[in-house]
Amino acid sequence: MNFSEVFKQSNQLCKISPDGKYLATCVQYRLVVRDVNTLQILQLFTCLDQVAHMEWSSDSLFILCAMYKRGLVQVWSLEQPEWHCKIDEGSIGLVSSRWSPDGRHILNTTEFHLRVTVWSLCNKSVSYIKYPKACQKGMDFSADGRYMALVERRDCKDFISIFVCDDWHLLRHFETETQDLSGVEWSPNGCVLAAWDSCLEYKMLLYSLDGRLLSTYSAYEWSLGIKSVAWSPSSQFLAIGSYDEKVRILNHITWKKLIEFEHPATITSSKAVVYKEVEKKPVIGTEDLSVHQIAMGSSLFNTKSNYEITSLPVQVPVVKPDTDRANPKIGISAIAFSADNRYLATKNDNMPQSLWVWDMQRLGLQAVLEQTAPVRCFVWDPCRPRLALCTGNNKIYMWSPAGCISVKVQVEGSFQVQSIMWHGSGDSLVLLGKDQLCLCYLATDEEK
Amino acid sequence: MTKTVFLPSKIIPELFVPQLFLFFFCVCVSQALPLEHTKNYIKVSLIISPTEDMSTIYCYSTMPPSRQYSHSTMPLLPVSPYSGPSDFCTENNISECMLYISQELSSLGLPSIFYDLNGIRELDVTSALNGMYDLLQLQRRTMGMVEELEVEQLKVSSDLHCQQLSSSKLKDQLELSKKENIRLRERERQLEINVKSLQSCLKNEKEEVQKLQNIIASRATQYNHDMKRKEREFNKLKERLNQLLADRKDKKQGMDVLNYVGRSDGRRSQWKTVKTDARHESEMYKTLLNEFDKHQKELMLENAELRKVLQQMKREMVGILSPKKHSQKEEKCTEFTDQVSFFDENIHIRKSVFNEESSEMSCEHAREKLTNSIRQQWRKLKHHVENLDNKASMVQLGREVGEEMISKDVHQDEMERLKVEIQQCKDFIQTQQQLLQQQLNTPCDEETAAVLNDCYMLEEKERLKEEWKTFEEQRKNFEMERRSFTEAAIRLGHERKMFEEDRATWLKHQFLNMTFTEHMAIKTQNALSDCK
Repeated sequence: MNFSEVFKQSNQLCKISPDGKYLATCVQYRLVVRDVNTLQILQLFTCLDQVAHMEWSSDSLFILCAMYKRGLVQVWSLEQPEWHCKIDEGSIGLVSSRWSPDGRHILNTTEFHLRVTVWSLCNKSVSYIKYPKACQKGMDFSADGRYMALVERRDCKDFISIFVCDDWHLLRHFETETQDLSGVEWSPNGCVLAAWDSCLEYKMLLYSLDGRLLSTYSAYEWSLGIKSVAWSPSSQFLAIGSYDEKVRILNHITWKKLIEFEHPATITSSKAVVYKEVEKKPVIGTEDLSVHQIAMGSSLFNTKSNYEITSLPVQVPVVKPDTDRANPKIGISAIAFSADNRYLATKNDNMPQSLWVWDMQRLGLQAVLEQTAPVRCFVWDPCRPRLALCTGNNKIYMWSPAGCISVKVQVEGSFQVQSIMWHGSGDSLVLLGKDQLCLCYLATDEEK
Repeated sequence: MTKTVFLPSKIIPELFVPQLFLFFFCVCVSQALPLEHTKNYIKVSLIISPTEDMSTIYCYSTMPPSRQYSHSTMPLLPVSPYSGPSDFCTENNISECMLYISQELSSLGLPSIFYDLNGIRELDVTSALNGMYDLLQLQRRTMGMVEELEVEQLKVSSDLHCQQLSSSKLKDQLELSKKENIRLRERERQLEINVKSLQSCLKNEKEEVQKLQNIIASRATQYNHDMKRKEREFNKLKERLNQLLADRKDKKQGMDVLNYVGRSDGRRSQWKTVKTDARHESEMYKTLLNEFDKHQKELMLENAELRKVLQQMKREMVGILSPKKHSQKEEKCTEFTDQVSFFDENIHIRKSVFNEESSEMSCEHAREKLTNSIRQQWRKLKHHVENLDNKASMVQLGREVGEEMISKDVHQDEMERLKVEIQQCKDFIQTQQQLLQQQLNTPCDEETAAVLNDCYMLEEKERLKEEWKTFEEQRKNFEMERRSFTEAAIRLGHERKMFEEDRATWLKHQFLNMTFTEHMAIKTQNALSDCK
């Protein structure tokens, strides 16, 4: 693994272009575009205010920079650096801004979710969509970019509107049988829309593209319900993570529960491999504590760590959440399928230091990674069954079916990895610290 | 204590003999008497003075002649025949002693040792000797009896001892078991109390849960209501805000772009018309249909794969089973495969005619057939494997797996069959017994009894009827005869009357016609005839 040098960034705004050639980062109010391989600065744009949100267009030609406080959106072109575009929402305010899948329209959500304005870069047309709902995931585009699902709420009732992204034609508009619709997500094949209720009620609705209700799934009543949802890349499975610390997998033929993955405090499943991160703090003798040593950034902070395979049964460290507060830290908060559909990674909030990897072929637990600090971010390689995760220290960890490694980020100074992003080819990683970023180039041959 | 007695050659028998015999007698009597009649310790001591003339032997006893019955215990064990010289008899009280002894002997049922010779008591030596002999016999017998009794008593006492021990043991055991029983009862009682309390706890908990759920439900509705109210208010605010902002006509809002960019796909944007709407709809449906098609293709492929696998499995199973089993099964298997393959071919031909993919048996009938045949084969295979397992286990036990040996399964089947047969036979026997019982018990069903009775009665009735008939006929005959008789009697009466009248007239005529003498002669003749 090779690590690049460290660059500055602000707000964790660092995105690789969809075609994988460029890396855009925001530093305060400046937008820096670099080449991914050489990391040379190709373009430099200056925005009017500190950028709150930055996004590449789908064809990698434009970059959108939104400044919510000012209610401004600026669009930059890579081909024509002198081209400029500024969208001012005025007093109506701006809460979120995003590209449409065709890369020519920008959807701005105004403050208080009064409306969604669709600005076109091709012509003068402006569309307004009323009554968007302020919820966890109120808007989702299908994978092929043809349709958009929007959650609306009128008269205390939830609706879903399906728009054709081509010309923003309202294809379907239907009411949903939910108390408080919390989010929608298209299946990767674009034919099924999953809609789920808020956590006060466990309810998952599945709609077909033409608005028909295919199925309803509710695992239980009364307790807190759905916390996270993920489709498998082949659209075969829908994984639902809930507050009862279980992940339920629905199959796409009958839309019934295929299997339930539990996250027990004691692991006894015989096929699972439990990797435990063990830190080795180097022992320093008292005579070595000289000023010189300390000045050099002594090895006190350079703790080595590696993984040990612990034998079953294993006790997973559990953190009991405070039940008096809202949004308790319990339940499955993050689910991710690997690109080949084979593995599923889950994180249970009351076992924050552990990451669970499940084998979807066998429908059983494959591995459990027990870290020394709470897992902050985990992302699958877009091409291979390889998982990268970080816990907020200066190491990145990778899991693959062959094994687990922990790599220290070899850069100058301290670098606390807060989040990770994969390059589209799966050859490199972007590591984001608090206000730093660095690239990690992975060797092409598999490491153990 | 034995003392040798030197009898002098010269002795006065009268003096000596009675003394010695008395001595002996005393001893025997004392020993022969039953224990109830114990007397005082009789000492018979002989004093022999060597210096003096041996002619005199002094024998004296301390035993007074009067009977003294006391219940002092005599030593049980056969002691020496005598215990010291007896003091019973001395020179002085010989006669009293003799009397006493004779009384004792008579009380024992032995003849007296004396004989009366005109009122003088003289010692009869022979009877005395006999008496002594009898006493000795008696003594021996009683000693034997005593021994036996002692032995028995020992036995009995030891038995008693044993019994006492065992009874004490049993008592202890009983005590223990009673205690145990009490303990267990106590525990049971406690457990029951526990169970009851737990049950009541459970009930309470359930009730509480139900109550909480109700509370939650009611709260949920309340919150929903409140939320809706707030939401409506919020919507109103939003509308108001929207209106205000729209009214203000914010100049700032708008897009400022250098130049418009072309569409990503390079084409021009089209007007929104009904046609475009229809196009969108059709595109959407096309997408869906494509997806369905893809899905179906995948499923078909999967299906075909699975079917191939199943057929493969079936063929292999058939292959495994056929060489071991007899040809019957083989035929069946081949029959199946033939059938299926025939069907296959049929479909194949038909499909190929229609230009579709080959070896796709899509009709349900064929599918069912395949699955059924697979199931059957699998069952056979399982059975076969089980048999093999049994055989293997038996081989492990060290026995020969010969022809006579039957597998456990077959054995069990046989057992089951035999049991069923036995049960059936038993049932049959029971029913037969019941029927027999019914037969034997005459008061069976009232109906049948009545019927039977009726049969008998009927017979009798028939007989009676016939008899009546004959009686009737006879009676009729009798009637007729009686009538005829009466008629005859009447006629006879008439005739007699006539005859009498005739006679009377004839007599009259005769009388009238006759003379006196004739008359007198006839009269005397008549008188004579009358007298006769």
